Amino acid sequence: MSGEFTVLSPVGMLGYGYREADFDACVAEGVDAIVVDSGSTDPGPSMLGLGHTLVTEESYLRDLRPMVRAVHRHRIPLLIGSAGGAGTDEQVDGMVALLGRIAAEQGISLRVAAIHSQVPHGLVRDRLAQGRIEPNVRGELPTESDVDDTLAVVAQIGAEPFEQALAEPVDVVVAGRAYDPAPYAAFLVPRGVEPGIAWHLGKILECGGVCAEPKGGGALATARADSFDIRPMGPEQRCTPLSVAAHTLYENSRPDLLAGPGGVLDVSGCDYEQLDERTVRVRGSRFEPTERRLLKLEGARITGHRCVFIGGIHDPVLIGQLDDFLARVEAETAALHPELADGTATVRFHVYGRDAVMGDREPHPVPGHEVGVLGEAVAPTPELAKAICTSARVGVLHLNYPGQLATAGNLALPLTPLDNPIGPVCAFSLYHLVDAEGIEHAVVREEVGA
Amino acid sequence: MTALRELAKVVRSKNAGPYEITFDVMFTDEATFARVRDSGVLTPARLAALYRTSVDQVRVCTFFAPALAFKLTLVRPGAQGGAGERDTFGAQQHAPLLDLEVPA
Repeated sequence: MSGEFTVLSPVGMLGYGYREADFDACVAEGVDAIVVDSGSTDPGPSMLGLGHTLVTEESYLRDLRPMVRAVHRHRIPLLIGSAGGAGTDEQVDGMVALLGRIAAEQGISLRVAAIHSQVPHGLVRDRLAQGRIEPNVRGELPTESDVDDTLAVVAQIGAEPFEQALAEPVDVVVAGRAYDPAPYAAFLVPRGVEPGIAWHLGKILECGGVCAEPKGGGALATARADSFDIRPMGPEQRCTPLSVAAHTLYENSRPDLLAGPGGVLDVSGCDYEQLDERTVRVRGSRFEPTERRLLKLEGARITGHRCVFIGGIHDPVLIGQLDDFLARVEAETAALHPELADGTATVRFHVYGRDAVMGDREPHPVPGHEVGVLGEAVAPTPELAKAICTSARVGVLHLNYPGQLATAGNLALPLTPLDNPIGPVCAFSLYHLVDAEGIEHAVVREEVGA
Repeated sequence: MTALRELAKVVRSKNAGPYEITFDVMFTDEATFARVRDSGVLTPARLAALYRTSVDQVRVCTFFAPALAFKLTLVRPGAQGGAGERDTFGAQQHAPLLDLEVPA
């Protein structure tokens, strides 16, 4: 072993697309592993609640094909974290099936290790009853009925299950919900890279080329015991100490201590050095293992069904009294639908062009010459949501107002159908740390393809 | 007085999990970083007022010298991705910081 290991992440999210020529050029120079993240909670709870994947099957296939070819040709492992978006067992199995299709297309066979990270509801109920679940950052604990209503519970796994998968020969590891840097740490720490270096590398590389200027595409890093060098995959991009340090802070509540399963990454003593035009060397990251093993549970439940309309208002007489007007529309809608008054259904308006993005936190509430109104009705059934949405839309379109000159209609409607059911609304019902004692994630090995 | 957007290279917001939105402000040189830090403008009280929220919703408000950065983390209003959501990724909450006036 050379004591140096290069890990390539061709894209920050599997399925978002990347430039194959840049990928091939990096692989040809020699990489020891390809790691790609496939999930996130950023798009909200609906992937977990509804089992939807983040992108289409076609997009996954397009992104995976060159990686599978590289895995086969160069005998390097491919590690996929948080398969499918939420990392449910079904999404893991779906990803394994896609790999099987690609292997068959390419006339090869692949040794695949699948790690399922779903957790049974019974276990969550038991640990909740035993006080072994910690409140979330808002100080809230789930109720028993939150757990009952949760559709799937996944646990964000750390490095151990990946290490277990890599302990025997394998071409691809497909993991369920995983802490984003975990596959990097699992590959590098057993090869002699200090845990702080490995976790920090993973923290940056899991987003691909977001750590570069301009951001985008993939990135690769070469690690040795006490440092790593990182550069973007695209030849026209560069990493700088600022761009890499900035990415270390990305998405964390604190800039210095980054908590994850198994320990805390301390980047307060880090040093970022420009090594050449496009490469930055990072040193000084430290990893403090935690005594107690904790895992983060994620679960989502359906809270209702949603129907929306959108339209534009250009009439200055109406824009000048919009809040009063929308309150009147809401009252008229509630008069038709008692479910709004008793709280089983809701209707809301987002006024684009005025406070829609920040709501009550907007410090500059200045309306534009036109505003967009998004109406959002949520109810226990899709039918009721649509009925309320229609009433609210008709109200905005036709309700009169003081000083009205434009009596034909109040709203410029870009869409037909005018009222659009967009399916169930989900909420995170679990996003809590649990005492992980006794929670194991089995590695299932199989051979797929030709 | 100089607007923060003239002094910083990065001003951005993003989810830090479903319950918090975190803000990064980054500078390219130590002098600018120190000027903004020492100006006393970026305090929990000022930023809570700017974001029309209360100081107890400010979870982190700190300068971080190793990265020449300032970090602010606010508790998110509402439930991420649920009914009434305004910004699922939390990526467009940074704008009020751009025009913050920093004394010379």
